[in-house]
Amino acid sequence: MLKNFIQKHFRKIHEINEKYAHPRLVMSGPVKFCLLLLRCYLVLLVGLLLYKFITVLTA
Amino acid sequence: MSFFTYLFYLFRRWWKAIRLFLILSGPGLVVMIADNDAGGITTYAATGAKYGYNFIWFLIILVPVAYYVQEMTVRLGAVTKRGHAEAIFENFGAFWGWFSLVDLVFCDWLTLITEFIGMTAAMGIFGVPPWLTILGVICVMGFMVLNGRYWTWEKITMAFCLLNLIYIPAAFWVNPSTAEVMKGFIPNLPGGHFDNQLFFFLMANIGTTIAPWMIFFQQSAVVDKGMTEKDIPFGKFDTLLGSILTVVVATFIIIVVGTVLPGVDIDDAAQASKMLMESNHGYAGTFMAIGLFDAGLLGAICISLASSWALGEIFGWAHSLNNKIKEAPWFYAAYFFALVSAGAVVLIPGAPLVLITLFVQVVAVTLLPAALVFLLLLLNDEKTMGEYKNTLFENIINITIVSVIVVLSTLYAASTLFPDLFK
Repeated sequence: MLKNFIQKHFRKIHEINEKYAHPRLVMSGPVKFCLLLLRCYLVLLVGLLLYKFITVLTA
Repeated sequence: MSFFTYLFYLFRRWWKAIRLFLILSGPGLVVMIADNDAGGITTYAATGAKYGYNFIWFLIILVPVAYYVQEMTVRLGAVTKRGHAEAIFENFGAFWGWFSLVDLVFCDWLTLITEFIGMTAAMGIFGVPPWLTILGVICVMGFMVLNGRYWTWEKITMAFCLLNLIYIPAAFWVNPSTAEVMKGFIPNLPGGHFDNQLFFFLMANIGTTIAPWMIFFQQSAVVDKGMTEKDIPFGKFDTLLGSILTVVVATFIIIVVGTVLPGVDIDDAAQASKMLMESNHGYAGTFMAIGLFDAGLLGAICISLASSWALGEIFGWAHSLNNKIKEAPWFYAAYFFALVSAGAVVLIPGAPLVLITLFVQVVAVTLLPAALVFLLLLLNDEKTMGEYKNTLFENIINITIVSVIVVLSTLYAASTLFPDLFK
């Protein structure tokens, strides 16, 4: 029963990934630039979080 | 046409417009007043205690900030008939979609815990045990959604919004000096000079103005209400009225606390309520505690729905408040699961509630820039928005606002991670 439940939801996630595989918005230069900035921002934020986590652990 | 006939014609026209507005108003008012949630009340109380009335002029600047960001969700929802989560999946692909959805659900759940912390603290002042507060809140929120009508839910929520105005009589109760309050409307440097602490309070006040759940909530509410392109002007006015009301409430909180507790360091709004109750203005403290409970309840009402709507949009579940529980079981299951689990966390003895409250700021900042940038990009896409896309003026305003919010909320989150950063 649990296996079926998990399989069903994995299948659903797979369907969602396929449905939204291709962005509808035209990936023009400014859009790509904004998304790149967002990625950099998130990497920086995750880096800060990791740094904080490590300093708390080693303190 | 005689003068009186013309007057009657004008009256009929205006009355029709007002009646239409009363039908269409809701999402903007609810989201903006719920913005003054338990965390927001604490921020305003701490600001009022620290800087007195000197921060009032700054709050007024936050009216256009909140309005311009939130009115974009009205246009996007009314034109696309899709919630923000679905719009991100569809337009930016699965990667950004999953990132936004998972982050939103996690962030909302943590924020929901902070709302329960606020509500239990407020009711604790009146001797109500936390378990009873949480049980009562879950029952009330269950009753609100299970009647199967968006309209009923919205009108009950609007009644709770009215209760949020309780800070206004509280401010009159403490009898502040009108001349001193008026001085607060004139731009000035609170504290006399710019220092790290002032910067921290500026960041905190801006940080509470726009939260990620607000963007997702209002867009989904606009869709659930069935608003269309022709309703956009009413939706905009609804949002503007909400933005003004949220700042009015914040201003009156500052007046209450700034009058009775000037120079006191406030850690949370419940502490401020207790201190007010112990002062000569006991009723103001009682009003403050009632207001804090109401703020937490409004926040919980909106936040839990923002997550359920987003999950419903993506997983393809029926996800309208117009659906009965049998028609949308997963939507209501997600709603109640978030509520019950967040409430249960608050009841766990020794749960790291302070850490959760601080962590919320950091998690929110991982989602806020993405949600705002996606909003801006979508509002500039002619294929999506047609004639309702952003104008050059709106773009200048919105890009400025979004940039300032992103920078300041990031610094605010950094100051949460590294408390000595601005000391």
